[in-house]
Amino acid sequence: MSADGPSVGHRATAPGSIRQAQQDPAWVRWGLISIAITVVVILVVIPVINIFVSALSEGFGVYCDNLFADSDTRDSIMLTLTVVPIALVANLIFGLAAAWAIARFEFPGRTLLTALIDLPFSVSPVVAGLMFVLIFGLQGYLGPFLRRDGYAVMPYLTSLPAVVVFIVTFFLLQPRREKERRGPWKHPKLALLAGSAFVFGLFCFGQQYFEVWPRNQSLKIIFATPGLVLATAFVTFPFVARELIPVMEAVGPDEELAAVSLGANGWQMFWTVTVPNIRWGLVYGIILCNARAVGEFGAVYVVSGHIAGQTDTMPLRIEKLFQEYNLPGSFAVASVLTLLAIFTLIAKIKLERKVPSADDHPAMRNAPEAGK
Amino acid sequence: MAGVNRQVLPGFSLTLGYTLFYLGILVLLPIAACFIKAASLSFDQFWGAVWTERARAAYLLTFGAAFVAAIANLLLGLLLAWVLVRYSFPGKKLVDSLVDLPLALPTAVAGLVYAGLYVENGWLGQYLVPLGIQGAYSRLGIVLVLIFVGLPFVVRTVQPILEDLDPELEEASASLGATRLQTFRDVILPTLYPALITGFALAFSRGVGEYGSVVFISGNMPYKTEIAPILIVARLEEFAYGEATAIAVVLLVISFSMLLLINLLERRSMRHER
Repeated sequence: MSADGPSVGHRATAPGSIRQAQQDPAWVRWGLISIAITVVVILVVIPVINIFVSALSEGFGVYCDNLFADSDTRDSIMLTLTVVPIALVANLIFGLAAAWAIARFEFPGRTLLTALIDLPFSVSPVVAGLMFVLIFGLQGYLGPFLRRDGYAVMPYLTSLPAVVVFIVTFFLLQPRREKERRGPWKHPKLALLAGSAFVFGLFCFGQQYFEVWPRNQSLKIIFATPGLVLATAFVTFPFVARELIPVMEAVGPDEELAAVSLGANGWQMFWTVTVPNIRWGLVYGIILCNARAVGEFGAVYVVSGHIAGQTDTMPLRIEKLFQEYNLPGSFAVASVLTLLAIFTLIAKIKLERKVPSADDHPAMRNAPEAGK
Repeated sequence: MAGVNRQVLPGFSLTLGYTLFYLGILVLLPIAACFIKAASLSFDQFWGAVWTERARAAYLLTFGAAFVAAIANLLLGLLLAWVLVRYSFPGKKLVDSLVDLPLALPTAVAGLVYAGLYVENGWLGQYLVPLGIQGAYSRLGIVLVLIFVGLPFVVRTVQPILEDLDPELEEASASLGATRLQTFRDVILPTLYPALITGFALAFSRGVGEYGSVVFISGNMPYKTEIAPILIVARLEEFAYGEATAIAVVLLVISFSMLLLINLLERRSMRHER
């Protein structure tokens, strides 16, 4: 399933490989080439030039003022710089986990899971935002609770990552060979259950005891930063996973199997074998995810509430300035995002050559799943 | 290749568990919430929300504009893919990479600049508006931005197939006396159908959900230039959550059917390749 974005590794045919019978007459050739170039110029090149010309139309000084002197615009840049990294890291961790599970193991429902990961691509961003309003909004399912005593949920919420950390550490420290497993690793299920409960209880109790969170105060998710993070994370959910799965499949498990059989534990294998092997795919996924997260408009628009200086991200700021007929200001913010897009494109071209694709791995050439 | 490793490689239950957990919390739960909310409406409420005259106009425009834009993308995409694979010309690499720009450029930026280009005193509007072509604040404007956001899809699905095409097919066709046009129509084009359909479907479903760029250029006039996502936002701003959800569910069901269709088509074309 290839939804948003082209697949990683296509190669340009060398001009020399065009044979006699494939040659079109010169007038057809140059006619089509000029139409193609005209299309790209009108659709892409002129708009990009126009952005910079409009942004700089009143001089460089005004341009800088538009970006940095306007406190609301400054705040919007800061907000984007807060929201995007959080969503990015969350999707990065998910992408690594999903790619490992899907590319390395066979299990029932694997195809379905791969398809489900693409689901957010086919949800209109506005609908995505609406979903979070339905759950966390004032009239949403969790709304009354969040308004009454929203912070009561925080001890549990923060204890969950602690439990995850505990489980990960447990597996990472587990000796690979059955014989060496002693103590807690002899009864992994029991140890995991008891340990998780203990960690969870300890963290919850600790936070209650020291009163880390305020009581009986409403916790705002919609029309506040958490909602923006959720909406952004939803919309950019598939990017890292989608890039990593084919890369991991192309690299193959041989080196990891070797590392494990030589006695490496999971942690060592991950950092010394897996990550170096997939690093360009990882960077590529992060860059694509970042570009989409920064530019996301529809989903964020619905959950933001448009409080100037508080919940306006950069794209929302563009819209607000546009509505206020402040076109130079609007284009100034747009030009920053365009620069980011151009940088993304350059990085994409550079990385495409480095990302291993299915064709590079001889064993994968005939596998039906190779292109997925 | 997968499957033999579960006993040897670590982390299967951990990563799969986390994948399912995160997917469930962030994606499946919200989608379920949307359907539950819609199910809590009575049939009359639901129907009253999704089948008003304003909503019908919005669906027609959303799907109509996305369809027209996807058709345009189909033709332009085939042309671009053909030119990029078959011909060499100065600046080819640049054109090839510029095709991807719509994926990287925020849609709000695209909408902003397109609206500026096609108004009466804009760079392109100053020539087009006297001819009676209103590119901004019109349905044409919506189609234009949808062509922009959908541009990469057909190009990128057709390009690899065209590159892998066996040159001997065309040699055989030419040696049997076919003209270039006949070869293209009867030999090359049929092999491209699956890729063309996939690219079309991708561009279409992207166009149906698009919001950021359209909101700038359409003017958002009810009955005239209001697409379905804009209608959802309008309902939300009236705090009519039920009605907004009902329209959202209609969009969701249609996009999920599109997704299913794309998957089926891809599976079918993959079977043909083997």
